Amino acid sequence: MSFLDYLLGRRQRTAEVARERLQIILAHERSSRNAPEYLPALQRDILEVVLRYIHISPAEIRVNVEREGEYEVLELNIPLPDEPNHRIGAIRANAVISPR
Amino acid sequence: MAKIIVVTSGKGGVGKTTTSASFGAGLAQRGHKTVVIDFDIGLRNLDLIMGCERRVVYDFVNVINGEAKLSQALIRDKRLDQLYTLPASQTRDKDVLTEEGVGRILHELQQEMRFEYIICDSPAGIEKGASMALYYSDEAIVVTNPEIASVRDSDRILGLLAAKSRRAIEDLEPIKCHLLITRYHPDRVIAGEMMSVEDVKGILCIPVIGVIPESESVLNASNIGLPVILDERSQAGMAYSDMVDRFLGESRPLRFLNSERKGILRRWFGG
Repeated sequence: MSFLDYLLGRRQRTAEVARERLQIILAHERSSRNAPEYLPALQRDILEVVLRYIHISPAEIRVNVEREGEYEVLELNIPLPDEPNHRIGAIRANAVISPR
Repeated sequence: MAKIIVVTSGKGGVGKTTTSASFGAGLAQRGHKTVVIDFDIGLRNLDLIMGCERRVVYDFVNVINGEAKLSQALIRDKRLDQLYTLPASQTRDKDVLTEEGVGRILHELQQEMRFEYIICDSPAGIEKGASMALYYSDEAIVVTNPEIASVRDSDRILGLLAAKSRRAIEDLEPIKCHLLITRYHPDRVIAGEMMSVEDVKGILCIPVIGVIPESESVLNASNIGLPVILDERSQAGMAYSDMVDRFLGESRPLRFLNSERKGILRRWFGG
């Protein structure tokens, strides 16, 4: 790319875009890489139990592993559908997995 | 005890075999007894880059299966008497590489044949061949092009090195990882069209052991079966030479990171 191209804005400095895209995708991939191997199976089993009692779409249940300081925390989010008799919005469960 | 070094990348075509051949030749040139093992079962190519394809009789798989002795399968380089190649087989049997079989051969290379360096040329991907190539390693050369897919795959491989290697599983000191950036175009980096050494290093967070500039000599050397490090006049050869010196603990500043000189008119108006 020549300086003239640059002045005229004919070409983008694409390396910066590459770097930013990589930083975002790798942050995401690294966090799921550190998750324990049993996570998908655990997720499936929890889902099965929850669906036995609560009628929501499986896609609405979220299971995450996040790092908080020295601990990994397994977080389970289950939004509850509106029903006239109870007004709980969601079930949220946290489990500390392991000190790191 | 021999050091086992894997040359790996995840992505294909980034220069693993070129690097394995030059790294091995460089170590041998400096007097160290070195063997380079091709782990790409079914797609052997290291023999071509080393220039010994006509001398392959037995291969890695024959030795694992007990059909040949290690000494029969090793090919001694014609130029460097400390350099040996262990070719991969051309038959496609991915299940032949077992932890036990590979471990047995590495042990024999270390204990009985007294090699100082064992270089494992990994295949692309994260399948069996790649995971066996890295499993026993003490150090890793992660070959990366300053290009988005290659950097992502290298990050993935760094994850495997940290979690699935013998050192990780047995809770030993972790594998020492080195970043080798290949196919580097200083001109394009300066123009903002290619990620710089600092960019890639900042993303992968491992120390840089070398930067190999894009160079016509790499193709020329492979055409004639010469590890490019032995082409001492080429920039790629010199950059590989620096990399080997750094690996052996010497301090060498990075070279060839600046643009080749262009006239001011060409720089301003392109071309």
